[in-house]
Amino acid sequence: MTRAELLRPELLRVEGITKAYPGVVANSDVSFSIGEGEIHALLGENGAGKSTLVKMIYGLVRPDSGTMTLRGAAYQPGKPAEARRLGVAMVFQHFSLFEALNVAENVALGMEKPPPMRELAAKIRAVSEEYGLPLDPSRMVGDLSAGERQRVEIIRCLLQDPKLLIMDEPTSVLTPQEVEILFKTLRQLSREGTAILYISHKLEEIKALCDEATILRRGRVVATCTPRERTAREMAELMVGQALKAPERRPGAKGEVALGVSDLSVNSPIPFGTSLKAVSFTVAKGEVLGIAGVAGNGQDELLLALSGELKSAADKVRIAGQPVGDLGPTERRRAGLVAAPEDRYGHAAAPDMSLVENAFLTAGVRKGLTKHGFIDWGATRAFAEEIIAGYDVRTPGPDVAARALSGGNLQKFLMGRELMQGASVIVINQPTWGVDAAAAAQIRQQVLDRAGEGAAVVVISQDLDELLEVADSFAVLNEGRLTRPRPTEGLTMDEIGLMMGGAHGMEVAHHVA
Amino acid sequence: MLRLEKRPTPSKFWLYATPPVAVILTMIAGGILFALMGTNPFEVIRTIFWDPLFGEFAFYLRGQLLVKAGPLILIAIGLALGFRAGIWNIGAEGQYIIGAIFGAAVGLAVFPTESRWIFPVMIVAGAFGGWVWAMIPAILKTRFNTNEILVSLMLVYVAETILAKASTGFLKNPEGMGFPGSRNFSSYPAAQNAFLYEPLGLHWGGVAALVTAVLAYILLTRHQAGFQIRLAGQAPRAARFHGVSPARLVVLCMGLSGALAGLAGMFEVTGPAGQISIDFNTGYGFTAIIVAFLGRLNPLGIVLAGFILALTYVGGEMASTSLGLPDAAIQVFQGMLLFFLLAVDVLTNYRFRLAVGAH
Repeated sequence: MTRAELLRPELLRVEGITKAYPGVVANSDVSFSIGEGEIHALLGENGAGKSTLVKMIYGLVRPDSGTMTLRGAAYQPGKPAEARRLGVAMVFQHFSLFEALNVAENVALGMEKPPPMRELAAKIRAVSEEYGLPLDPSRMVGDLSAGERQRVEIIRCLLQDPKLLIMDEPTSVLTPQEVEILFKTLRQLSREGTAILYISHKLEEIKALCDEATILRRGRVVATCTPRERTAREMAELMVGQALKAPERRPGAKGEVALGVSDLSVNSPIPFGTSLKAVSFTVAKGEVLGIAGVAGNGQDELLLALSGELKSAADKVRIAGQPVGDLGPTERRRAGLVAAPEDRYGHAAAPDMSLVENAFLTAGVRKGLTKHGFIDWGATRAFAEEIIAGYDVRTPGPDVAARALSGGNLQKFLMGRELMQGASVIVINQPTWGVDAAAAAQIRQQVLDRAGEGAAVVVISQDLDELLEVADSFAVLNEGRLTRPRPTEGLTMDEIGLMMGGAHGMEVAHHVA
Repeated sequence: MLRLEKRPTPSKFWLYATPPVAVILTMIAGGILFALMGTNPFEVIRTIFWDPLFGEFAFYLRGQLLVKAGPLILIAIGLALGFRAGIWNIGAEGQYIIGAIFGAAVGLAVFPTESRWIFPVMIVAGAFGGWVWAMIPAILKTRFNTNEILVSLMLVYVAETILAKASTGFLKNPEGMGFPGSRNFSSYPAAQNAFLYEPLGLHWGGVAALVTAVLAYILLTRHQAGFQIRLAGQAPRAARFHGVSPARLVVLCMGLSGALAGLAGMFEVTGPAGQISIDFNTGYGFTAIIVAFLGRLNPLGIVLAGFILALTYVGGEMASTSLGLPDAAIQVFQGMLLFFLLAVDVLTNYRFRLAVGAH
């Protein structure tokens, strides 16, 4: 028994929960408990079973076996409405908001018996002031930043006066300053007796915020600990189940400019997308440029504009000095640029096609896999097998459909596909999204190795730790504008936060409070 | 409770089992339909599916099979290339008509030449006519983002009007004593698409259909253009990432399917039909949609499917003359085939599961 458990009366106890899906056991005999007002971390890699577990607590999924008790009474929510009635609320990683409605209307949509709009607006204002989350109930959700949208979801939950608030990866869309403010709010809630179940794989955050942590690996509880008393490395190794190796950087001499982008402005082809505004940067041979930013600030558009899916004036994009802005993806690959988009299922890969066909998808040009327009499937298959071996892709063989692979495995395959083409310029959006820690470390190492061989690399990512690990220079994409790249060495988190546009008007509120 | 669940990978078994299962279900449901109409269902099914192959008049009807299957296969292969890419040309009937008019018009313009070059020139003209007619929805789609399904379909009715005009006006037989319809190609040897081997019903159209099937198969499996067609249909964004221009693909696929439909029309008007007439078109362009799907959008499957649909045409005519079945009943029968095909096809990508515990 730890000190925290002794002090706090028990709120929720989970006992021996098991849940199996066809082919995979998501949770196996999971037990843990949360005291009232406790901030409890649920820690684990992608696929460790965190989401399934909280979905059971929130009534979205039913366990196969095991019991839950809430304040000593049996707790078996059949649907989320029942869970909410009993005081359990949840903020999802992906928001369910209507962009064309305002904040108050969105909140009303989630309620069973919404009060009149004026009353609701007043309530929203009151709650938002009380918890330092400024939010104007009459604003359109479509105009809000990701951080502000999250506030709508949080306030929606707080209006129910919950006893337990579940938060699924809440900081993935926030700037460092916004994270700080969210933590203040969560600590205030905790002081007032609301327990928080906090799902994350970001260890420094958990150390800063949480009282207790339950660590899951492959559906089982492998450890419980008090995060403040452990190092991040210890927790990471518990999470991964093996010792981690930090990527090694080969200090290579920087060469001449390989990729130059000057004053690039393009309209977004995506509905509610962000247009690029006068983006300029250069990347030298052997250099890794890290581009940070909260999702939806033009990352997808930047990738499209570099890969050639979005064209511009010829001289806006140059590869080794040659203008390529008006060329399509095939010609840019020929000129030495490969790109890896974020969305694996449907953009980077065709889900229903085999790995061999997916290998041809981008490698046809640079690997010389066609002759007079006819595809050399033998050579393509050999290349696919090379990727599978070189990147440790777990698959029955190269002929299975891409969608049969797990997200992490497919990502390894797709990274291998681009990194093994001997390109002089490599552009990657979210290289390790959804990939387990060991594979992520391997991918980062491969990226650094390519740079060591003289490739110019652009890594677009929302994971700041990842960027600081691999990037030589660092820039932020904010509402379609790119800050001037700065050397990564010596950058502080505060400076990065300011580059990311601060906290969207939130400092004021907390200074007042 | 039964629940549909997406398969991790498409089922190979159901990919091949779907067409025969659909044919059998169509026979059963069609049999019930015929029984309700007061005829003996077994006799009808036998008349449609057995007699053309092994019955009393099989020596003649077997030849008719390829005559009907040829244009169906030729059109269906073109359609399948588009369907694979997610481009829905529904107006092959119109392209077929315009191809026939172009081909016939070129021949009739130089009547009565004996040059051996006239027939090849007519073939090119027929393909060109179908291509032109298909370019209208293609260009409207790429320029103004119109829906190619609606435009190509509506152009069928425009084509039918032009056909009526041709047979009563600009292509009318000057020696036809006022009857509508063009000169008959059977009395114009240089421009006639005569049988190469009559017992099999083989004419140049049949040759073109079989050669096209092989070429299309090679295109889809070995050539980069075929890969791009399949990719665009399955994952449009991945296709753009690969480097496919959506507009160019629309023009390519619509053009190919239009040209093949036009070719079919040209071979038909100079061969089995013999002349441009008001009721020259008999719905091959629409039936070819069924053929394309029954053949799993695979050129070799389409050859097989073309013969099955040809069987329903030939057998259906037999059933209507010998058993007094209305023509519409045969069309319903063909429609059922497409219905069951699409219904059973769900099993390729999904499977039924008994849902336990959940609700």
